[in-house]
Amino acid sequence: MPEATRVRWVLAAATSVALVASGCGSSGGGGSSSSDASKTFSYQSSEPQNPLQPANANEAGGGRIIQNLFKGLVDYDPSNATLRMQVADSIDTSDSQTFNVTLKSNWTFHDGTPVKSSNFVNAWNWAATTTNNQINSSWFSDIQGYKDVHPDSGAPTATTMSGLTVTDDTHFTIKLTTKVSYFEYKLGYIAFSPLPDSFYNDPAAAGQNPIGNGPYQFVSWAHNSQVVTKSYPNYQGVDKPKNGGVVFKMYTTAEAAYADLQSNNLDVMDQVPPSALATYKNDLGDRAIDSPQGAIQNIGFPLYQPDWAGPEKAKVRQGLSMAIDRATITKTVLQGSRAPASAWVAEGVEGYKQGNCGNFCNFDPAQAKQLITEGGGVPGNKLTITYNADGGHKEWVDAVCNSIRQNTGVDCVGDPKVDFKTARAAITGHTVTGAFRTGWVQDYPLNANFLADVYRTGAASNDFGYSSPEFDKLATQADQADSIQASATGYQQAEAVLQQDMPAIPLWYYRTNSGYSTNVQNVVFDSFGNPAWTQVEVKG
Amino acid sequence: MGSYVLRRVLQMIPVFFGSTLLIFLMVYSLPGDPIVALFGDKAADPAQVAALRQKYYLDQPIWKQYLHYMGNLFQGDFGTSFTGRPVSEIMADAFPVTIRLALMAFVFELVVGLTLGVLSGLRRGSVVDTVVLVLTLVVISIPVFVLAYIAQTIFATNLGWVTPTVQDSTDLSQLILPAIVLGSLSLAFVARLTRTSIGENLRADYIRTATAKGLPRRTIITRHLLRNSLIPVVTFLGTDLGALMGGAIVTEGIFNVQGIGNVLYRAINQKEGPTVVGIVTVLVIVYLVASLLVDLLYAVLDPRIRYA
Repeated sequence: MPEATRVRWVLAAATSVALVASGCGSSGGGGSSSSDASKTFSYQSSEPQNPLQPANANEAGGGRIIQNLFKGLVDYDPSNATLRMQVADSIDTSDSQTFNVTLKSNWTFHDGTPVKSSNFVNAWNWAATTTNNQINSSWFSDIQGYKDVHPDSGAPTATTMSGLTVTDDTHFTIKLTTKVSYFEYKLGYIAFSPLPDSFYNDPAAAGQNPIGNGPYQFVSWAHNSQVVTKSYPNYQGVDKPKNGGVVFKMYTTAEAAYADLQSNNLDVMDQVPPSALATYKNDLGDRAIDSPQGAIQNIGFPLYQPDWAGPEKAKVRQGLSMAIDRATITKTVLQGSRAPASAWVAEGVEGYKQGNCGNFCNFDPAQAKQLITEGGGVPGNKLTITYNADGGHKEWVDAVCNSIRQNTGVDCVGDPKVDFKTARAAITGHTVTGAFRTGWVQDYPLNANFLADVYRTGAASNDFGYSSPEFDKLATQADQADSIQASATGYQQAEAVLQQDMPAIPLWYYRTNSGYSTNVQNVVFDSFGNPAWTQVEVKG
Repeated sequence: MGSYVLRRVLQMIPVFFGSTLLIFLMVYSLPGDPIVALFGDKAADPAQVAALRQKYYLDQPIWKQYLHYMGNLFQGDFGTSFTGRPVSEIMADAFPVTIRLALMAFVFELVVGLTLGVLSGLRRGSVVDTVVLVLTLVVISIPVFVLAYIAQTIFATNLGWVTPTVQDSTDLSQLILPAIVLGSLSLAFVARLTRTSIGENLRADYIRTATAKGLPRRTIITRHLLRNSLIPVVTFLGTDLGALMGGAIVTEGIFNVQGIGNVLYRAINQKEGPTVVGIVTVLVIVYLVASLLVDLLYAVLDPRIRYA
């Protein structure tokens, strides 16, 4: 119904103008009387790995800074992980393939220039082009014409994607190669941020001195020491800063950051170090934070190995899953820093359905033994779990192995690899013969992200070589649904297919265990493990 | 003397090439692919990986990479890190901090270590001697990172005299605690070396002669005893300056000092070849210069050792 759609977004545009006209004066405020909106707070960070270009940050150090300097079409409400409009006034589609974007007209970059359609389109084209070496370039692969700017090999044949068309300063369309009903959710990722026209004069310099359109503007970057930002007075987003800015202080170790937090030299941090997990709630009292994160820890299996390929081996994997005492391990070994998983999608994510793993995520030694026997047993009656030794995984891998050994009689040992890179090389190179640690941290808080990107046949992060026609069919159907809710429900059905095949055993969900100093208040963490930056109040 | 110095300086050239080549090979043989690692948890996009490899010259064989690196180096270009910053700039930021930290630790161990060593060496078997021996033994047996955490807990968390970590790495007063921790291990060695050396020399003929001539005790100790006793200590101190710079990695991590140790640690983790090679090369040069200075100091302390 294209006509209906058009009416809807014209209406939406009109309302937004009215809102802006009437709501200009009522910015700021909202904090308690004891907070000072001009004061900055400090946050634990690490030196960014890459220049501060939106499509070039996929690690926490650079990502969280860019997230504050830039704001895209949409973002996610920190309180409930649902999508909310930011620069976009509306994003409409009638077929889940062509998206009509209408921008709010009053947004400006920190250099004062207006945020226009072309700022988005040019930024995405630039970021997707292979020769510009942006790490997040593959995020644009849904868009028509992506292969022209980003061929599988060789030089790009174009510099723009045919799927992006600028209509005027506040309207543009995105055409995708196939239907992706939840494409809007992807748009909240920082790679989709707009870039000011000045960026292209010298992208390298812009990476050292970024000009964004977000709630905070860049002040200075003392490398390895700190990045200073201040709140941008003309910020038009729904989340106006209640503080004067964020100072990102670089720490090499979480221990050092925690010591500083306790003595009020640091205001908010990511995650307390493992050594403080047992004591941090006592140390910090009501300033301690324990909230869910959109991330899951799994044990995956190499289904491409003959030993694990047989369909009957699904029973063995189900049995192994039932032999793991998740409740005890999360409470004791992991000291409550994780919550037992009951599905392949993390809790707190749109579309999360508790218990979608069925009985197979319940601890039941008798059933476990029976299933393993029915499936013909673990090859060689010995299971190895490959993991990276640099990530603090040894303790729980050993505990999982103990659980399996005691409850099923299957011999189980951990197989540590020196570091993350080495473990990943073994896993992606398909040289692993036993089970391996794997996990997923959300890119966007929607169940599709935990399923399509991991379990679809040939998906980039399908480490298991898993291929299920039924799962693929349901996922494709979900992609073509006409609303995000319908798509999320569709993916719940696809998720249920994983019960039968068990390509990976869900173990537990990550939690944010953090805290804040006595200088700040109203610190709430979202499912990405980030605080709601703009909502932090600094005491007066 | 002049030709000796020249010879020593010329010797540094092969050492320089050898060490850079070795470090280059070592970084190269580290497991894992630095470009793939840039993608973190997520699957790397092959086309982008190829483009990035080309950008960082990593698609070439190792010998070509080395030649490329050395070629750039002689044009004063240390290469760029993944963050897009020139390595020379990174080093210019970090080295002064670490040099300051190492020098403070050095001065601390020199002054306190020598004083303790002389005191206990002159009064062997006394209470002072026993106390020094016990204290230094304790320090030697505790790893630096334990010592650092203890110092952090006592002086920052409990007493509140300092902040737990260094807030401004360019502020000398904030570096005092990390410097003391860093220098404490060497301090114990300096004290014990000095003590032993003095103890031996006290029984030497020339000291007896000086005493028999009726020289004042102060003159005997400073002019005759110390000068000879310092030779082994100076050897130790010389190489220690290099060790302090490298050893700062642990201390800098715990006190969050933004020095070379921190940068090196991260660069090794990320397999950032140019940064690692650049930093280690400079550290090698520091070692070379330090040992050269030691050899020159020998000559000052003992004319017999002087080279022709």
